[in-house]
Amino acid sequence: MSEVKKKKKKIKVSTILIYIILSLWGITTIFPFVWVINNSFKPSREVVNSSFSLPIEFTMQNYVKAFDNLNILEAYKNSFIISGSVTIAVMILASMIAFAMTRYKFRGREFIHSLIIASLMFPVFSTIIPVFKMMSQANLISNPLSVIIPQIAGNLSFASVIMMGYLRGLPIEMEEAAYMEGANIRQVFTRIIVPLCKPSLATVGIFCFLWSYNDLFTQLIMIRRRTKFPICALLNEISSKYGIDYGLMASSITIIIIPVLIVYICLQKNIIKGLTAGAVKG
Amino acid sequence: MLYKKKLPLFIFLVPGLLLMVLFLYKPFIENIINSFYDMTSVVKMPGQEWKFIGLENYKRLFQDTKVRTAILNSFKMMILSVVFQVGIAFLLAVLVSRINKGQHIFRTVYFFPIVISASAIGLLFKLFYNYNGGMLNQIMIALGKEPINWLSTSKAFSMISIPIIWSYVGFYFVIILTGLNAISDELYEAASIDGCSNFKQVFYITIPMVRGVMCSCITLAVTGALKVFDLPWVIVPKGAPQGVTHFLGTYMYEQTFTISNIDYGSTIAFVIVIFGVIVSKIVSVLIKPDKNL
Repeated sequence: MSEVKKKKKKIKVSTILIYIILSLWGITTIFPFVWVINNSFKPSREVVNSSFSLPIEFTMQNYVKAFDNLNILEAYKNSFIISGSVTIAVMILASMIAFAMTRYKFRGREFIHSLIIASLMFPVFSTIIPVFKMMSQANLISNPLSVIIPQIAGNLSFASVIMMGYLRGLPIEMEEAAYMEGANIRQVFTRIIVPLCKPSLATVGIFCFLWSYNDLFTQLIMIRRRTKFPICALLNEISSKYGIDYGLMASSITIIIIPVLIVYICLQKNIIKGLTAGAVKG
Repeated sequence: MLYKKKLPLFIFLVPGLLLMVLFLYKPFIENIINSFYDMTSVVKMPGQEWKFIGLENYKRLFQDTKVRTAILNSFKMMILSVVFQVGIAFLLAVLVSRINKGQHIFRTVYFFPIVISASAIGLLFKLFYNYNGGMLNQIMIALGKEPINWLSTSKAFSMISIPIIWSYVGFYFVIILTGLNAISDELYEAASIDGCSNFKQVFYITIPMVRGVMCSCITLAVTGALKVFDLPWVIVPKGAPQGVTHFLGTYMYEQTFTISNIDYGSTIAFVIVIFGVIVSKIVSVLIKPDKNL
């Protein structure tokens, strides 16, 4: 009897230990963001001296300054134009490629397949200089298109691989039945394939959006005019220009984080599920 | 019979492929060719010829100490990513798979830094590391110690690698956890009936069962380390101090777009590709992802 009790107790201790360790890591991921949000409501001199306490002198001044000096709303607009177009275009093009690659048999299919796989290995560094050349020849520097087009091309191979993996697993019978009923290819694609692909389209969409939104490298190179800066380029500028105004930095980080946080909390189930579906299939 | 006609095939395939050929393959090849020329500007002016200089740029690589630092840093980052990112992620995933309540909360919390842009995380850590009134130095002063220059030549690399590693643990955590949840509970039950301790179960059941997932995580971590750019560029621009925090990506950017050594930048970009191919080959030989154990 006493032995059984002992065992039970031992399990409990280890479970508590597990929770403690897990919570510690959890704190490291949450604490920095809480810290910065807390400090964004303090004047800079208070951030410098007592960044751990709650604001003594509660102020919205940092936010006023951020919105006045920094074009944050403009940068949001630019970011959404860029990342939104990239996401939509990649979703459409990738589903078309995946449809053609999995449903048709043609000469050269293996070759195209290996081309798509190989392009997964190209880091953005290895293509950016000639792309920059093409963009400046076409007079597109500082135009959102100069970021949109290379990002579509860059994300397309990853997206096609995930979509092909998903489509291959779908039975072909439904499409054949639709064909018997008199549907043409376009209808089969838009009425059957696209609705069936929703889960993997969501994965592809979410990740393309995040990658495009967070890609500082392409933004820095292609967008040179300040009014056209997307969020990440603006952040980079804040850090080099206002690096000593701690309150302003804290408030601008908060402004950037809050919308992402809200979207993340609403969509987190899809995001995480999407990632794992992609990882298992891809 | 539905998919007999070839015309729709072209309509579906051509737009995407054309984009990839124009904006991935063509620039990729052009970039390699460029690395053999002395480029005076990005766009070739009419009537202007670039001089063919053969392997000159590649010879220069071997004398450039900054390239050596950048390659070394990128290489160190790969090892750190595999050991700490995948290591911590595995540990956390094993622990989370052992608990019943709150799996969901931990998953959500751990994954959160991935969705925040690296530039924002970079700014955040800049506030931590600042010498005057940064968070870490406030702690030092509160403990009665002298403030430390966290981004000095000797410390900068480790300080940069902390946010890089920290922000991506959640990514591998989620992948590994999915792999762990696919292992059936019966295996563990059978093992504990046979007297296998929890610790041993990890070694004899968990690790062999998630081997495939671990292999893909390691490959992702290694190739991910080569793509590092945003975080070091925001925290310590241009490899400050004295180029010790340059990674291959940041060094390539600096050479091409701030110093205008465009052909040399192309060379470094090609080196990144070669380096990536070699390392991922070595990794796949070492861990043999396709082998069934």
